Amino acid sequence: MSVSTCPSDQATREARDENALDALDRAIVLATQSGLPLVPDPWAAIAGPLGIDGSEVRRRMQRMLDSGVIRRIAAVPNHYRLGYLANGMTVWDVDDAHIDRLGRVVAALPGVSHCYRRPRHLPEWSYNLFAMLHGHTRDDVEQQAEALCSLLGDACRDHRILYSSRILKKTGLRLAARSDRQA
Amino acid sequence: MAALDSLDRRLIDAYQRGLPLVAAPYAAMAEQLGVSESEVVERLQRLQALDVLSRVGPVFDHARAGASLLAAVSVPETERDEAAAMISRCPEVNHNYAREHRYNLWFVMTAADETQLGVRLDTLEAELGRPLLRLPMLEGFHIDLGFPIPWAELESS
Repeated sequence: MSVSTCPSDQATREARDENALDALDRAIVLATQSGLPLVPDPWAAIAGPLGIDGSEVRRRMQRMLDSGVIRRIAAVPNHYRLGYLANGMTVWDVDDAHIDRLGRVVAALPGVSHCYRRPRHLPEWSYNLFAMLHGHTRDDVEQQAEALCSLLGDACRDHRILYSSRILKKTGLRLAARSDRQA
Repeated sequence: MAALDSLDRRLIDAYQRGLPLVAAPYAAMAEQLGVSESEVVERLQRLQALDVLSRVGPVFDHARAGASLLAAVSVPETERDEAAAMISRCPEVNHNYAREHRYNLWFVMTAADETQLGVRLDTLEAELGRPLLRLPMLEGFHIDLGFPIPWAELESS
C-alpha cells in the first residue's frame, strides 16, 4: 500500500472512493458481521485486534452507514422466535412497463420485508418481482398476497407463494476475505 | 417461548431499527430506558442466548458490502437432502431454504466481488450437476421498517 504525500491527491481519491471499502473497512465488516461484543465499549473490543482505536472503528462504521453499506446497527430480532412463524417468498410476473412504480408500492406494504426486481428466465421462470411476506400463520400470508394481487391488478399476469419448508442455513453476511478460496 | 418482561420488550421495540453509534452505546440505551448499563448488557446477552435476538450489530446491504446472488435449483425430492448439504457446506452461502416449488432449493451465494461470485456459482453448479437459476437483484425497492412484535398474541400462545 503506497502512502500519498500530497494532501490534495488524497482528498480527490477519498472523494472518488467514498463508498469503496478499503482493507480496514473489510476487516471491520468481518469482525462485526456476527454481532457486536456485548461489553461497555464494543468499539475498543473490535479495534484492539485490528491495531486501531475504538473511535476509528466508530468513524468508519458511521461512514458505512452514510454510504448505505450498513443499513442500520440494531438489535436484530429473530422473527421466527417472536411469532412470525410463516414466511412466504412471493413471486410475481409484472408488466415491465409498470414494475418500477409497483415495486415501490409493494415494498411499502406492512408485512413486506424485502422487495426486489429480478430477471426472468423464460420459459422456466417468468417472475420478475419478489416480495417476502411475513405473518403469524399461512392464512395471514395468503391474505397479504391476495391484497397484493388486487393492488397489482391487470399489470400482474401470474404469481406464486413459495413457502419455506425448511431453513437449512441462515447466517449473517458472510463476507470472506478477498484471498479466500479464489479457485 | 421464554418469558420476556416489559424491559425486554422495550429493548427490542426501541432498538430493532437502530441503536446509537456513540462511544458507549449500551450506556446510552440504558439512559433512555432508565436502567443501568450493566442491566442492558445482561438483557442483551440473555436475549441473544435465547435466540430472541439473532445478534446486536450491523445489518449490511449485501449488494454494497460485496457481491451476492439469489439462486435456485430443482432437484428430485430423493436427492434433495444431499444437494442441500452440498450447498450448505459452502462457507460463502449465507441462506439456504427448502421451498415448496419445482425449484425446491433456494440459496444466497456471497463473494468479495462479481468475478469471485461467478467462479463460486460455476463450481457449485458443476458439483450439483444441475443448472442453477441465477436471479441477481436488478433493483431493490427497500423500505423495511421492521415489524411490530405481537406481544399480546405471544402471551396467549
